[in-house]
Amino acid sequence: MAVATKTIKFIAVLVLALSSFSVFAEGGDQDEKGNLIDSPEEIKEYIAHHLKDSHDFHLYTDNASGKHWGFSLPVIVWTKDGLKTFMSSAFHHDDQGKVVVEKGNARLVKLHSKIYELEAGAATVNFDESHHATNAHKVLDFSITKSVFGMLLAGLLMLLGFGALARSYKNGKSIPTGFGRVLEPLVIYVRDDIAKPNIGEKKYRKFMGFLLTVFFFIWILNLLGLTPLGFNVTGQIAVTACLAIFTMVIYMFSGSKDFWAHTLWMPGVPVILRPVLAVIELVGFVLIKPFSLLVRLFANMTAGHFVVMSLIALMITMKKSFGVVGSTGMSLVLALFITVIELLVAFLQAFIFTMLSSLFIGMAVEEHDHH
Amino acid sequence: METLINDFSVGLFFMQAFILLILILLMRKFAWKPILDALQNREDGIKNALDSAEKAKLEMQNLQADNLKLLNDARAEREAMLKEARDMKNKMIDDAKVEAQTQANSIIAQAQAAIESEKKSAMAELKNHVAGLSVDIAEKVVREELANKDKQLALVDSLLAEATLN
Amino acid sequence: MYNLIGAGLVVIGGGIGLGQIGGKAMEGIARQPEAAGKIQTAMIIIGALLEGLAFGALILGA
Repeated sequence: MAVATKTIKFIAVLVLALSSFSVFAEGGDQDEKGNLIDSPEEIKEYIAHHLKDSHDFHLYTDNASGKHWGFSLPVIVWTKDGLKTFMSSAFHHDDQGKVVVEKGNARLVKLHSKIYELEAGAATVNFDESHHATNAHKVLDFSITKSVFGMLLAGLLMLLGFGALARSYKNGKSIPTGFGRVLEPLVIYVRDDIAKPNIGEKKYRKFMGFLLTVFFFIWILNLLGLTPLGFNVTGQIAVTACLAIFTMVIYMFSGSKDFWAHTLWMPGVPVILRPVLAVIELVGFVLIKPFSLLVRLFANMTAGHFVVMSLIALMITMKKSFGVVGSTGMSLVLALFITVIELLVAFLQAFIFTMLSSLFIGMAVEEHDHH
Repeated sequence: METLINDFSVGLFFMQAFILLILILLMRKFAWKPILDALQNREDGIKNALDSAEKAKLEMQNLQADNLKLLNDARAEREAMLKEARDMKNKMIDDAKVEAQTQANSIIAQAQAAIESEKKSAMAELKNHVAGLSVDIAEKVVREELANKDKQLALVDSLLAEATLN
Repeated sequence: MYNLIGAGLVVIGGGIGLGQIGGKAMEGIARQPEAAGKIQTAMIIIGALLEGLAFGALILGA
């Protein structure tokens, strides 16, 4: 029952948060023309914009009245003038670097979902011919962006769901009830099919905290990305890089004596070759393995979002050749098909990330027989 | 590559690291540890239950074997007792037979001995009787013979003639 | 332009590789259906490694 009440409480909080949408009625922001997005260029730009992180939670724009539905998120930036915090509504949905927000001595603009600080004395952003800002630089941006919001949401979901599962064991019951029955086999799956075979019966326990957290974190974020809320958290390269670096740090710091002996001074190989091998192995462990981890997750999720959005956009781009019903039907069927595959990919990527992490950890903690 | 590096947000990286670290710590404390412990306990419990069931089964088998052994023993004992009884019966009968035989023999022997002794005493009596009778007869004969002197002398002579002096 | 040709080549190579992995895995499963689970896991891991390589090349090139 604890699960049910918790769930209800959580849903209530969520509804409260969503119902406090402020309606942005400024209406001045539109891209150049301010009309429907219907040309291929605009669609491409829209998709590129979606794939990036954003500073407000934008759900829907009513083009007739120019109203945006959604809510703004806090911006926290470290400028030359110190830490600045304000709501992202201060930018008025500008993404072209036109609206300058002045906070103390810092003048900030938002350009392609990034916040730039203008150099001293500059009043507006100047661009060079390849549309790079010449008189502004990026700031350290600790904002609660959409991705951070998604991460917090996923973390909250995990804490609630698994916390409830953990509590359900406490009352002396050994079998969970309710939603815990769904979660428990997943935990067992990660433990028995991912951690144990790769790390080994003896040492797997220490790494379960990381592996389970990462598995469910990635999976939930991937699934959130499939909802119409439009999160693309695991498609942010900073997020996947952070995950991969966590894995790297963990396996580098839990490496056994044998692991280091085999990495740095490979036995059974001519002495001249050993330093070469050591360099190769080190580069492999420090750079290549984390890089493949981060790139795989990032590229899969980005490509998935790109494909789904492009297929949805077929509805608009194909209207001329197939008519309204034809293009809509085609886009619907294809998007549905790809979305089902994306549902599988969402799980598969979480699985592969955890699997490879535990494989690398297993390599590091393994103790060889001495030859 | 450049666009990717351009897209890389250092701030987001730090936020993610911070959130992930906190999440791992929280989840370890509040979720994974209790869950994994409970799972481990349950699995151990199941394993123990299975083991004890196996043990109970073995014990049952042992018990059954014991019972069978006991039954067999009892049966063997009964057989032995019956056999003993039968043997005893036979022995008793045999003994009785033998005793009866010996008794009969001894009775017969006694009877024979009695008959013998009776016979002997009867013979002795008969002998005595016959001897007395013969002595009487002889007395009478002798008295008749020795009534005149001549005859006595003649007899003595005949007797002397018969008896050779050696 | 050359980037795109390179990307195309990478995708061709990756596709061939993935096809090989998938095909051989299918053969393996057909031959030993009882080992399907293990073969599938190994297939996914090898596929993921290949994918990482291909994506790495794509991203470094693009």
